[in-house]
Amino acid sequence: MKALLNASAALGRSTLQGLSRLGRMALFAWRLLAVLPVASLRVNELIRQVYSVGVLSVVIVVVSGLFVGMVLGLQGYHTLVDFGAEDSLGVMVALSLVRELGPVVSALLFAGRAGSALTAEIGLMKTTEQLSGMEMMAVDPMARVIGPRFLAGCVSMPLLAACFSVLGVYGGYLVGVLLLGVDDGSFWSQMQAKVGFTEDILSGVIKSVVFGIAVTGIAVFEGYDAVPTSAGVGRATTRTVVNGSLAVLGLDFILTALMFGD
Amino acid sequence: MGQDDPGRVATVCAAGRRGALTRYRQRVDNAFWFLPANAFVMSSTAAPPPPICEPVVKIRGLHFSRGSRPIFDGVDMDILPGKITAIMGPSGTGKTTLLKLIGGQLTPRQGTVEVFGRCVHQLRRGALYALRRRMGMLFQSGALLTDMTVFDNVAFPLREHTRLSEALIRHLVLLKLNAVGLRNARDLMPAQLSGGMARRVALARAIVLDPDIVLYDEPFTGQDPISMGILVQLIRSLNTVLGVSGVVVSHDVAETLSIADYAYVIAAGKVIAAGSPAELAASDDPWTRQFLDGRADGPAPFHYPGAALLGDLRAAGSGP
Repeated sequence: MKALLNASAALGRSTLQGLSRLGRMALFAWRLLAVLPVASLRVNELIRQVYSVGVLSVVIVVVSGLFVGMVLGLQGYHTLVDFGAEDSLGVMVALSLVRELGPVVSALLFAGRAGSALTAEIGLMKTTEQLSGMEMMAVDPMARVIGPRFLAGCVSMPLLAACFSVLGVYGGYLVGVLLLGVDDGSFWSQMQAKVGFTEDILSGVIKSVVFGIAVTGIAVFEGYDAVPTSAGVGRATTRTVVNGSLAVLGLDFILTALMFGD
Repeated sequence: MGQDDPGRVATVCAAGRRGALTRYRQRVDNAFWFLPANAFVMSSTAAPPPPICEPVVKIRGLHFSRGSRPIFDGVDMDILPGKITAIMGPSGTGKTTLLKLIGGQLTPRQGTVEVFGRCVHQLRRGALYALRRRMGMLFQSGALLTDMTVFDNVAFPLREHTRLSEALIRHLVLLKLNAVGLRNARDLMPAQLSGGMARRVALARAIVLDPDIVLYDEPFTGQDPISMGILVQLIRSLNTVLGVSGVVVSHDVAETLSIADYAYVIAAGKVIAAGSPAELAASDDPWTRQFLDGRADGPAPFHYPGAALLGDLRAAGSGP
């Protein structure tokens, strides 16, 4: 009987905690939206954040893009050559990258590289009372700290996904054309003919914008909502990477179903 | 009160800035004795302002709790302008919480906190921020922004709230840093500062907008005797020279009472003693005595409240 009571109390407690967290999330999102116009005027801060969130993530994104493209070229060639269709390798590599792998993989990397850093930074600022101190100096931390970081993430993510796709296509070219001997002209010309701007490239860009909003939003919220202790910041950082990655994969399914479902 | 002429500036409460202003006006009036009285005063303010005796912070019936643990249980308090008010009490009695309630970062469960005559927790964000620009707060940790130099930290409120030129900001920041003796440390990062230096930089930042009231959260805790002496002197001279009201939250009895004009002792959610330092020193209330003299034995329990030791041991013995 006691165990049953305890179990139901625990269930109730965790439900309440979940609900209050959801409420804090909604309030946070609302206030973030409200300060975005002000935050976008802080050009200097925005540039600094684009550097630390975006530019510093370029290396990992570019290197991964190159290798993913090379693997695609290798795998695609061996599949296509059985049907004598190896000339279509360029199309296959480009479509896979632009539609799916570019936005998704770069968003996963972004969550691990930039999202975790954002959460840890904001969480530590909270732990060391810097956010509280700003509030007492009548400076809104939402407008000064959170807003510019969120905007920087939203701006950087599509650009990083574009870098990823470009390098991936080049990696496919390196392996397919230079290494395995696919015809140079058909690799590029088929790609040019079959990859459409609106249905393929634009849909990829839309995906990466959505992923950028989701990952950065989760990262700044987890940092702002972190329990102000070292263990709390650690847990928040982990949650950013886990929830951010899951959100990317889940949203990818929904977006793909909406864009290519019919 | 006025050192040169105590008779003319007789109002008790109009200390500090208003006192300086009055003295200045009278000096001007004396120099131009041939003009009619109040010739330099704008007609709308011709009547001399009544001495401001209204407290800058007025706390009435304050109740506050964290979770199920009550922190304040009916606290009344007045912070008078131009005075240093000390709030003392054992650790964990919510002294820092009280400062956060005054600053509007927390909302009381019941009761009111009025700052400059306005109820803090009923203000909208814009009005609250306007109010906070008249307050400075010295955090126990300093709360310096770790990604900026000392100079930029002190310049931060100016850059956020004013449109002053960089040259003027540089002057103001250097003057404030000079006042705390750290002008030549302006290019250091906060991580390179010692604890005492960090607190002095934070003090320079807290006063850079020339606030009317400064809240000091445990300014002396964890300081070596020298930096403690420096901080005592800085807080006192801020009050006497600029007339800034101060609220010092601390449990360093000797240092705090040496600069305070009035002191409150809080324990167990209530004000248990209040008065001038001399009155407190003469108190024979056992709580107050135990706190002021730092006695281990007294009405304050040594043990955190809960089960008795014997019961706990028995429970452990019969446990699984």
